[in-house]
Amino acid sequence: MLKIENLHVSIEDKAILNGLNLEVNPGEVHAIMGPNGSGKSTLSAVIAGNEDYEVTKGNIFYKDENIEDLSAEERAHKGIFMSFQYPVEIPGVTVTNFIKTAINSNLKARGLKEMPANEMLKNIRDKAALLEIDSKFLSRSLNEGFSGGEKKRNEIFQMAMLNPTLAILDETDSGLDIDALRIVANGVNKLRNENNAIIVITHYQRLLDHIIPDYVHVLQDGKIAKSGDKNLALQLEEKGYDWI
Amino acid sequence: MSLKEKLVSSFLAFELDADINSDVHDIRSKSIKEFEKIGFPDKKHEYWKYTPIKKVLNEKLTIFKKKRHLIEFEKVKDFFLGGIESYKIVLIDGMYDPLWSNTTHKGADICILSSVLENEKYSNVISKYFNKIVDDKESFSLLNSSFSKEGAYIHVPKNIELDKPIEIIHINSGGESSLMLQPRNLIILEKGSKAQIVESHYSLIGNNISPYTFPGYIDPLTNTLTEIHVEENANLDYYKIQNDLETTSIIDNTYINQKKNSTASCHTFSFGGNIVRNNLNFFQNGKNINSIMKGITILGSNQHTDHHTLVHHASPNCESYQEYKGIYNDKSTGVFNGKVVVDKIAQKINAFQQNNNLLVGDHSSVNTKPQLEIFADDVKCSHGCTIGQLDKSALFYLKTRGIAEKEAKGLLTYAFANNVLENVKMQVLKTKIKKIIARKIGVNLGFEL
Repeated sequence: MLKIENLHVSIEDKAILNGLNLEVNPGEVHAIMGPNGSGKSTLSAVIAGNEDYEVTKGNIFYKDENIEDLSAEERAHKGIFMSFQYPVEIPGVTVTNFIKTAINSNLKARGLKEMPANEMLKNIRDKAALLEIDSKFLSRSLNEGFSGGEKKRNEIFQMAMLNPTLAILDETDSGLDIDALRIVANGVNKLRNENNAIIVITHYQRLLDHIIPDYVHVLQDGKIAKSGDKNLALQLEEKGYDWI
Repeated sequence: MSLKEKLVSSFLAFELDADINSDVHDIRSKSIKEFEKIGFPDKKHEYWKYTPIKKVLNEKLTIFKKKRHLIEFEKVKDFFLGGIESYKIVLIDGMYDPLWSNTTHKGADICILSSVLENEKYSNVISKYFNKIVDDKESFSLLNSSFSKEGAYIHVPKNIELDKPIEIIHINSGGESSLMLQPRNLIILEKGSKAQIVESHYSLIGNNISPYTFPGYIDPLTNTLTEIHVEENANLDYYKIQNDLETTSIIDNTYINQKKNSTASCHTFSFGGNIVRNNLNFFQNGKNINSIMKGITILGSNQHTDHHTLVHHASPNCESYQEYKGIYNDKSTGVFNGKVVVDKIAQKINAFQQNNNLLVGDHSSVNTKPQLEIFADDVKCSHGCTIGQLDKSALFYLKTRGIAEKEAKGLLTYAFANNVLENVKMQVLKTKIKKIIARKIGVNLGFEL
């Protein structure tokens, strides 16, 4: 589904990724771990289509298509989703209105009709329940004054609504207490199936106790330094990154 | 003959035609004399530095209209709030239109100023309230006072809460060239009373209904003045909708005097006009007064809007809150000048001021200036202003959700303006304004407003 070949990425002429390779197939969960500054967030931003980053070399193929020239919204239309480490606050637009706009934009881009209001409402209600989100929360301004846990739950709520083929969760566990972590992980697990894939970017092992990865990769100095299964995460937790 | 000379010489003819209430007559005579002395301001005046008012002071302008223009309801129905009952005072080319108005003398007086000025019964109220808080050194206020005759008169007696909002609607028929209109509103809220007022300016041509324009047509200039007295414990919400043609201009002087424990708010929605100048003045005379000023300005092409606010804190334990947002497209320009004066006696006041601007057009510009004059030492005064573009990270966030760039920008622009509306209690008005904003921004927001 996703194939990254020899990816080199710079921001403002500073090289961050230096020859990264990664292959993700349908049904798989990949965890990407690594110390601060290793390029984890850059990788997620580049896959999602952030134009601040420049791909200087290499390719990203998604469903066998080179997506280099696609805008962020076009990637979203093709089923790529990114959960933000720091979701942006947008006062004046409610969660409900935001998600309606997003859903219908995607449908429109795929040449489909807008979702009828009652179907939308039911969908919103079901997905909110999945993330244990109160209905009052849905009429609040997007992310404005949300706690860390509320922001992340809202991200996964959006993922549930948009139903992506490839989801990248960028440090979704940061700022979460144990209960929120359980709710978020539980939500993600329910969305897992054999047709989609998830990339979990994290510092810590603890999220991986809840979302169990098929593969774990260690990112260091802008490339994958080591890959393994879930046991690699446990070893990292014990020995630190210097051990690699 | 210059416009100033022409206006001064028009005065005699105007007075011949007007009522002879001696108090009002004196005020008019004094005002025209003072105006003759000081004339029109130009860019050398600090107060007018960023607004080239001279360009709309065409010497062909006249205060005398030639004929009455009748308008069918179909053509004006969108100008009304709609959906709710309201009192209405409709002025077409500055002249009262009884057909579309809905006035009353039951419970409260909601009628036209000219009838009040002619009626002996009201002479005490007029002596007490008329032209009492108006700046007698400001050219356009003086000019309006000189020709003050027609406009809204609203008097809400003690402890009365009006059952319906009041609409004051100014319509330019476009049927006559070169009009300089001088509408004058007098509004009195007695102790413990409550009212909501919506004042709006429209032109027919702008709605492509009545293309009256002919060669040499000169767009009207409206020089309006509203004097508002808010007595103890009274509560006023005032809304101004300036959604006129790109070619018409408005100068609006509003003076609000508040007594203790009163609350007054003024929202100004500036969505169009050649030059629009708002001088909004609040005077706080008593403890525990709350004054709220909010504004949304969305302009395009070469339009210009100038908001000059003044809050005079003359009593302790009061609050003032100002929040103005501007969105400037194309080559449009804007001004925000927020003056706060805190007298020595006005301890423990809280004055807040915020002005945020989005410059969308490459050639748009805004001049923003807080002007604080504080003579008390135990006060909280804060001010802030920003001028910028849309937040790139917010834009990226929306795009990753599949929202196309144009819609994402529209949504963010809408959101930027939208939170100024949170205090608007009248739902029909809120929806109307939201729709105008969405239309001005020019995108389909993807959800019902």
